[in-house]
Amino acid sequence: MTIMKRFIGFVKKEFYHIFRDKRSLFILFGMPIAQILLFGFAITNEINNVDIAILDQSNDIETQKIIYKIKASPYFNVANQIEKESDIESEFKKGKIKAVLIFEPNFSKNLETKKVAVVQAITDATEPNVANTIANYTSAIIQNYQSQKKQSNSNQVKVEVQSRMFYNPELKSVFNFVPGVMTVILMLVSAMMTSISITREKELGTMEILLVSPLKPFQVIIGKVFPYIFLSIINAIVILTLGYFVFKMPINGSIFLLAFESILFIISALSLGILISTVSNSQQTAMMLSLMGLMLPVIILSGFIFPINSMPLPMQVISNIIPAKWFIIIVKAIMLKGVGIQYIWKETLILIGMTVFFITLSIKKYKIRLE
Amino acid sequence: MSIAVNNISKSYKKLKAVDSITFKVNDGELFGLIGPDGAGKTTIFRILTTLLVANEGSAEVAGYDVVKQLKEIRNSVGYMPGKFSLYQDLTVEENLHFFATIFGTTIEENYDLIKDIYIQIEPFKDRRAGALSGGMKQKLALCCALIHAPKVLFLDEPTTGVDPVSRKEFWIMLKRLQQKGITILVSTPYMDEASLCDRIALIQKGKILKIDTPQNIINNYEKVIYDVQAKNTHGLIHDLKNYPNQYSVYAFGEFVHYIDKNATFNPNDLQTYLKNKNHTDIIIKPATITIEDVFMDL
Repeated sequence: MTIMKRFIGFVKKEFYHIFRDKRSLFILFGMPIAQILLFGFAITNEINNVDIAILDQSNDIETQKIIYKIKASPYFNVANQIEKESDIESEFKKGKIKAVLIFEPNFSKNLETKKVAVVQAITDATEPNVANTIANYTSAIIQNYQSQKKQSNSNQVKVEVQSRMFYNPELKSVFNFVPGVMTVILMLVSAMMTSISITREKELGTMEILLVSPLKPFQVIIGKVFPYIFLSIINAIVILTLGYFVFKMPINGSIFLLAFESILFIISALSLGILISTVSNSQQTAMMLSLMGLMLPVIILSGFIFPINSMPLPMQVISNIIPAKWFIIIVKAIMLKGVGIQYIWKETLILIGMTVFFITLSIKKYKIRLE
Repeated sequence: MSIAVNNISKSYKKLKAVDSITFKVNDGELFGLIGPDGAGKTTIFRILTTLLVANEGSAEVAGYDVVKQLKEIRNSVGYMPGKFSLYQDLTVEENLHFFATIFGTTIEENYDLIKDIYIQIEPFKDRRAGALSGGMKQKLALCCALIHAPKVLFLDEPTTGVDPVSRKEFWIMLKRLQQKGITILVSTPYMDEASLCDRIALIQKGKILKIDTPQNIINNYEKVIYDVQAKNTHGLIHDLKNYPNQYSVYAFGEFVHYIDKNATFNPNDLQTYLKNKNHTDIIIKPATITIEDVFMDL
């Protein structure tokens, strides 16, 4: 009974700390929401209402049809019709126009006789992602025209730009970043916040009093991490809800499996946080260690931003020791492919193994005295 | 025996912080460790409160070994570190409540013990601990260290950084706690507080120089000290130091304390010497010996 009371008293104290510190409150709740919205809306490959110009050197019925199709799409806004090729550069320099579509002379005639006509899409490549997307969208529209044309006769239209994507690129990045942001946030909250909150006790000298009390070391640790387990779970729920409702990220698999894997990952991150707190004596050291030692690898090596397959081999090998990598694989598999544990047991086992390892190590490293 | 320290030594890398120290504190005694900063007082406290392990020697607190019976000691001692170590973002009441809870007790259960002290800070019980004055903080810290009715109380420089009035109040509170049967080990760099302890140990550079009651320490001091005063204090110290028979000269409040090498010292000789050095308003009279004087001579 006393043990339970002690535990509750300790957890209550932790919550006072958290709710009275505006900085940690912001990291806990502002950050996840800000990040997910930022990634969702600002950092996106979708284009909308991009201003383009058209140089129509044929001005015949076929070019008119294509131009009409482009005008009708939500992606492009035909801001300008230019008369000669020498105007293109000056249009780009003004900065408003992101792309120019050029129809060759005798477009319809060429289609009739040579079976080939050329539309050139020149894009402003100072923003490579936008340029790439515009090129893809343009070829998508023209291919659509082409397939309609095919139904009436067998004429072909050739476009300079190759189409690589056919579905909404924005959706694709959402699928990637919801698991990614969730991983980063859980790592941040669990590892950094716990390591900071434990080292704060060391820095303020209160750890000295806690040590000279009947509380056992593991009671102190559990009391310190429990609030963060709770808050991390809330964070995961917030991120998944935002992903689901705002960005239409599906959850095809079992929500219980997802919850179990998330808690597993949270515990592994927490044990990393405890480990960091055992080797650092100030909040600043703990924060730097968490940021450099955990956050950076999570962002760079987990496959969240840079695909692991395209990394150099040594980096690919290193990425294996990052728990976040396995967690992202698991989350994607559950949410997108809707698979059950039989497909991800290997990754789950790796994650469990890492968690056990970190917990054992941090308990061994935890000091029951001052040195 | 509440505390028994036996030949304890402790080094940090090359620095010997505590050098084979031995002392005993009886049940219900108010025992003072007196010494300047860096004398090793905090290290002794940390060894006795199980926070550090000594390199050599052994120690017992409340009958428990400080290394082997760590759990028992942590249950039965109260510890107030030198640095204010409560939660600044928690209120007075929340701090007290928290420490009561982790020690498995309640404020009500041991209210008798802290009542005298707590009453003084109770008007501020909803204030955050970080916003309290130095004296208030010490009182709160003492309440928190007492809340589980410890057998032995360790107070590491509890009055450092506290105003003189609060310091006085603090020592009155310690005396009351002592009457309730609590053994208290307290450290202080202030010599004037030494006389308030039952017994004291004078410490310097990790070594105990003397252990006795404050009165005995003063009584056993063999030399005669003179209060010397003149108009130009700075010049006076300089000239006294050049006096051939001087043993020790140091400023002490409004006077300069002078000790002569010879037991046959005649104040008149010194008077003449100083007059020749053009000093005016010269006063030379025997001084009341304090702990500080004894310490200066060690």
